[in-house]
Amino acid sequence: MRIAGKGLIDASKRVSFSFDGRRIEGAEGDTVASALLANDVRLVARSFKYHRPRGVLTAGSEEPNALVTTGSGAGAEPNVRATMVEIHEGLEVKSQNRWPSLGFDVLSVNDLAAPFFGAGFYYKTFMWPGALWEKLYEPLIRRAAGLGALSGKNNADRYERAYAFCDLLVIGAGPAGLMAALTAARAGADVILADEDSRMGGRLLAESEEIDGKQGHVWVAEVLAELSGMENVRLMPRTTVTGAYDQGTYGALERVGLHKAAGGHLPRECFWRIVARRSILAAGALERPIAFPDNDRPGIMNAGAVRAYLNRWGVAAGKRVAVYGNNDGAHKTARDLMAAGVEVVAVIDSRIDASVALDAPVITGGRVIGTKGRLGLEEITVASASGERQIKADCLAMSGGWNPTVHLACHMNGQPVWDEAIQSFTPKPGMIPGMEAAGAANGVFSTAGCLADGARAGEAAAADLGKKAAKTKMPKASDGAYALEPLWVVEGKGRQWLDFQNDVTVKDVRLAAKENYRSVEHMKRYTTQGMAPDQGKNSNVGALAVLADATGRGIPETGTTTYRPPFVPVSIAAMGAGAQGKGFAPQRFTTSHAASVERGAPMIEAGMWYRPSYFARPGESTWRQACDREVTMVREAVGICDVSTLGKIDVQGPDAAAFLDFVYTNTISTLPVGKVRYGLMLREDGHVMDDGTCARFGEGHFVITTTTAAAALVMRHLEFVAQGLRPDLDVQLVSVTEQWAQFGVVGPKSRDLLNDLLDAPISDETLPYMGHQAAQVMGVRGRLFRISFSGEHAYELAVPARYGEALYRVLVARAEMLGGGAYGMEALNVLRIEKGHITHAEIHGRTTAFDIGFDKMISREKDCIGQKMAAREGMVEESREQLVGLKPVGAVKQLTAGAHIFVEDAQAKRENDQGYVTSVCYSPTVQSFLGLGFLKNGRARYGERVRLVDHLRGVEAICEVVNPVFFDPEGGRLRG
Amino acid sequence: MRLICPHCGERDRREFTYQGAAEILDRPSREVGNDDWADYLHLRENPAGETKDMWYHDPCGAWIVVHRDTVTHAVHSGELASEVRK
Ligand SMILES: [Zn+2]
Repeated sequence: MRIAGKGLIDASKRVSFSFDGRRIEGAEGDTVASALLANDVRLVARSFKYHRPRGVLTAGSEEPNALVTTGSGAGAEPNVRATMVEIHEGLEVKSQNRWPSLGFDVLSVNDLAAPFFGAGFYYKTFMWPGALWEKLYEPLIRRAAGLGALSGKNNADRYERAYAFCDLLVIGAGPAGLMAALTAARAGADVILADEDSRMGGRLLAESEEIDGKQGHVWVAEVLAELSGMENVRLMPRTTVTGAYDQGTYGALERVGLHKAAGGHLPRECFWRIVARRSILAAGALERPIAFPDNDRPGIMNAGAVRAYLNRWGVAAGKRVAVYGNNDGAHKTARDLMAAGVEVVAVIDSRIDASVALDAPVITGGRVIGTKGRLGLEEITVASASGERQIKADCLAMSGGWNPTVHLACHMNGQPVWDEAIQSFTPKPGMIPGMEAAGAANGVFSTAGCLADGARAGEAAAADLGKKAAKTKMPKASDGAYALEPLWVVEGKGRQWLDFQNDVTVKDVRLAAKENYRSVEHMKRYTTQGMAPDQGKNSNVGALAVLADATGRGIPETGTTTYRPPFVPVSIAAMGAGAQGKGFAPQRFTTSHAASVERGAPMIEAGMWYRPSYFARPGESTWRQACDREVTMVREAVGICDVSTLGKIDVQGPDAAAFLDFVYTNTISTLPVGKVRYGLMLREDGHVMDDGTCARFGEGHFVITTTTAAAALVMRHLEFVAQGLRPDLDVQLVSVTEQWAQFGVVGPKSRDLLNDLLDAPISDETLPYMGHQAAQVMGVRGRLFRISFSGEHAYELAVPARYGEALYRVLVARAEMLGGGAYGMEALNVLRIEKGHITHAEIHGRTTAFDIGFDKMISREKDCIGQKMAAREGMVEESREQLVGLKPVGAVKQLTAGAHIFVEDAQAKRENDQGYVTSVCYSPTVQSFLGLGFLKNGRARYGERVRLVDHLRGVEAICEVVNPVFFDPEGGRLRG
Repeated sequence: MRLICPHCGERDRREFTYQGAAEILDRPSREVGNDDWADYLHLRENPAGETKDMWYHDPCGAWIVVHRDTVTHAVHSGELASEVRK
């Protein structure tokens, strides 16, 4: 019920939304929870396990009951707390975990069966037979118990990630946080003030207290006005700090556009990483419920929340309200309600000697021992020295005391300390380096105390940051003592709920203790207390008290549970913002990309690069037809292939040659200027790291290439060797992969093609095999290498990347005139398999130079990376799996990579495994399937028949073991 | 986690690639026996506390010896590998 003239929002600014299809009228500034309460809607949700009717318990992000789904279709957001959702015109809200309706829910029969469903029920009942668990029990349980459901569709909404840096992060903008921010900002610190509420002020917006003779919210507005006028202050409302991490890093979730209709220019949420030199935890405190029988009916709320709905939103949570508490704070609820004209039917204080200065029926030493009302509270039963009596009430405001919001302080494994006076845990200094707690989060519960503690923390932070804070004039505020008597459990008939979100009762915790789950961590897992999305914010301390009592220990001896990030649930969409679809990884495009796409080539991923797979011509309906034609084209005429994706590293310095001798197995220093040499690199453990070419441009200038996949790895490795192992060598490295566009011109007509384009023609004499030279191509200075990956007479022509696209188009056009054309990765792969050339399919990290037949490439004349370990026994044994060629000779002509090799008549089982196949292709040149693979003692087994078995694809083939060079083993075509 | 690059200052750990203990800098000569080589390559302390390890700062290409604490997660300093070896 809305009370005219109460609250800080303008009730005349109407906003309407729907709840389960029903139109609800609220006001601008309402949350879904306040608007529902204003419309006397108490039943909001069904509970997780027993489908109990539940209503709003709190007014903050700790809300355990009022979880709803907002939006619909792909944009539907399940499990959002009604207390945190700001309403806007047209907002769709649905209740969860009920069928067919919130008022009549079939699965509430679970509640009748509750005696069977206690703690450990699942463990005890569904133990056997194990096979049924996945198929039957789990799906059934999951359907019955649960929260909201995901839409199952792609989320098309926009989210963001962002980074921020500051001197001081103040977490929470209540009285302590505001004073801390103000004090530090005035001293000149760069301050971020973050608060999870849409409006800053914390409890000052929820209480009827005055500061400096002004209403609390007026003082808040003045402070915010000063802060927002300062250049060194950033105010971040709607931003929940979700985690504290190493070196002053904090995660924070900002609700950027959630309070508006979807589809605008704002992202829905933004996940921040904030790096702060200092932080102040001024996150306040959370009120705890009391575990009395049937304490979970809609209408039973935390007393502080009832005050918040009244003072901030002008909403009375009931027409006949009873108040029940163990501390003076609860009296404020009765006082504020009465001042607003709401009937307070009873003030029940558990303390016998409590003095209650209120004109309302007061019961001291009283206990609420039962409640009634199927879908909402109707009546409470109170016991006291004068006996039991029933009181009609539609709202019960309860307060079992307050728990400082210590969560963030515990995110790095620190343990908070027990404070007897407030019967709760407070953070101790140093739990998070650079973080200090202030105000209610620090166990200081009066307004004056919070203001002073905030100013103190702000001053201390400023001093730590080397800034001097001027003496702050303290605003005047009330300084009431906080007196409470511990009250955890009230005995009686009916279940006393502790964890509302996971449906855990006092009895469950006692059962855990009885079954010897005495450690708090065991109790948690056995009962699931504290393991719901709210992480037990309302119930942890209460459950601990019950466990302490059941095990005969004090609370501090019993311990405290671990608090982990995130403080509130964070949507994966926000954390992974920008990383959906193509945003998942960067895409790298070669200069010929557009030209390849224009020719209809399917582009395939090679690391982060995209390369053309094949170029189908009219009449070619399969990739194999295009690939076969491209291979033949290269072997008979000329083909063009973009090879720019290979890593290119420029190596310079007086000691460049000595450096390359150290990183390559073979000797590079003897390479003449103008020549290219193949080079093999090992890891220090003796296995092959990568291979490539090395071209010498001058005494102290080389350009080396790496494979596409290993480019970054090799660069990092070379820098490691240069900086970490050989700082004595004067050498510099720089990656020039992206600076040069490089194209393979491959085939018997390659030189004819080039000579039409080069300013100065080349011949075998001027540019022999494995030579390179500077080249002018149509007036552009480039580099020409005579190297070959295909076994053909071939060149690689490099030009500055800006000329790449133009050159590629010219090369392809010229090749087509000569009966050739562009070829893709499929043909490239066939060409190299025909020649037995290796790729990372062969040098996959477990092969040695010996295995691939390159043992002799490890020079003994000098030390090099991997030399020592490559020579160990075991690394050079004949019985190792060695690179061989495989050619089908049986009825089955197809080969598959990944197949294993067996002796022809041996059983195809692991014990008989002789090796495996790494690469296969159909070779139009040899007119057969060809395979490369590793076979035990393989080089000595040429001519032997072996059986290939691919268990996965169900393919078997008889092959002959052959030399891996299938085509032109003498290499005549290279030089031709 | 934030690490210190002597070139670039304190930076987010996403900019770095981890490599392992800084003992890798003490590479034996090839005259040393296989056992010592195996120790150098494979045997590592697993300290609870002070540790030195290698990080590559991808944006600037520096290899850095980071001195940090595995218990408190404190990062004390970052030194260029080329300086450590000199
Ligand atoms: Zn750097």
